[in-house]
Amino acid sequence: MAHDHAHEHVSNTKRIWMVFALLSVVTTVEVYLGITRPDFLYMHNFISMNLLNWVFIILTLYKAYYIVWAFMHMEGERSSLRWAVVATVIFLALYLLFILLVEADYIFEVFKNSTIKWNF
Amino acid sequence: MGAKDTSGNNTENVWGGGNEPMGASYGKLMMWFFIVSDALTFTGFLAAYGFSRFKFIDNWPIADEVFTHFPFMHGVDAPMYYVALMTFILIFSSVTMVLAVDAGHQMKQKKVAIYMLLTIVGGLIFVGSQAWEWKNFIKGEHGAMETKGGSIIQFVNAEGERVKLTDFAVTLPEEREELKRSNGRWFMSEGSLPTYSVAEVQAGFKAHPELLVRTEKIYRDTKEDRENKKLQPGLNKNKHREILTRAESEIMVSNGAIVVEGANLHHNEYGSKLFADFFFFITGFHGFHVFSGVIINFIIFLNVVLGTYEKRRTYEMVEKVGLYWHFVDLVWVFVFTFFYLV
Repeated sequence: MAHDHAHEHVSNTKRIWMVFALLSVVTTVEVYLGITRPDFLYMHNFISMNLLNWVFIILTLYKAYYIVWAFMHMEGERSSLRWAVVATVIFLALYLLFILLVEADYIFEVFKNSTIKWNF
Repeated sequence: MGAKDTSGNNTENVWGGGNEPMGASYGKLMMWFFIVSDALTFTGFLAAYGFSRFKFIDNWPIADEVFTHFPFMHGVDAPMYYVALMTFILIFSSVTMVLAVDAGHQMKQKKVAIYMLLTIVGGLIFVGSQAWEWKNFIKGEHGAMETKGGSIIQFVNAEGERVKLTDFAVTLPEEREELKRSNGRWFMSEGSLPTYSVAEVQAGFKAHPELLVRTEKIYRDTKEDRENKKLQPGLNKNKHREILTRAESEIMVSNGAIVVEGANLHHNEYGSKLFADFFFFITGFHGFHVFSGVIINFIIFLNVVLGTYEKRRTYEMVEKVGLYWHFVDLVWVFVFTFFYLV
């Protein structure tokens, strides 16, 4: 928060290109994993999702962090603005995902274990 | 901004206006709050997608099998490459946008204009690519049949490779004509008919004894799955769709109700009906955001060229549309993960 008030805008070109390189590398890794789907990740589960999916989600959040912090320049904003924006979205997203995915899993079990037949 | 005290510590003037308690101007703050609400809208869509996917976890289409096209490479199986290219285009247009903002801070009008223009071009290429992606998705490749039970069956050969309807369906003399408005009794018409009728696909299936049916259901390699007598031995692999024996395949084919080619909002050849609905809705809504972003960027670009921000001595407007543009890129990062990778 060094230049919170100073507004002495120094050029960030170098950092921008660094972040671009980083995002490109992460995307390339994602695509590579998506095409090869290595068994040691794809065939093992952790909390009802395979490890490969967890890797994708973690890499996505990593990319999202850099887009918001570097490109949208969240790193230069006041902490009150950062909390107001980021905490709100993260809390509501996690809450919504929690209730919907738990419910969906329950419905899946109902379909699976009941007498409903769909594959005919 | 620079001249007056905007910290809010000046108690005398707290309610007098002109305060910036969050250290951002009014316009920028409102752009951030718009982004929060828009992010929650997309969260809702993606969470709903996750809901349907977890609900139908045993018969959701595998993205690698759906998106396999690349321009000028007909018949080549290229999963993911095209959408990876689209992702790079969008990330790169984000980079040119942030370079435009950076040039704006240094009051370099010409540089801002060039980078804005590059951003606009990147956005247009992305929207065009998405249109092409939709075209392939709507057109389909192999074709499938929907049974009376409402599930999709696809056709494979003895090696378990997908077979197109055109490769085996016969042509029967029967002719069912598409119902046009001119022949309808009231406002009646229908979408274009598939290339083959159910009877033609059934006859073709009978004439090719090596063909088998692949259902929507995913093989899990459990004890129960391994003992399932209805599945073709040797062809079923873990986390792939179940392939039935010839006898069971014939039962499924005789149950056929309609022939499905490609995708629309009611049927799609890839599997679960909701898959196509979510694909159209979420990528469509995102594409609409990109399109509006291009238009907004263009308006700001014109202002840059006309020198509006030179007169104002600040390029903050570029910063504000930049926020929106990066947000669109951010959403794409998530859409890319949940539709194509996971």
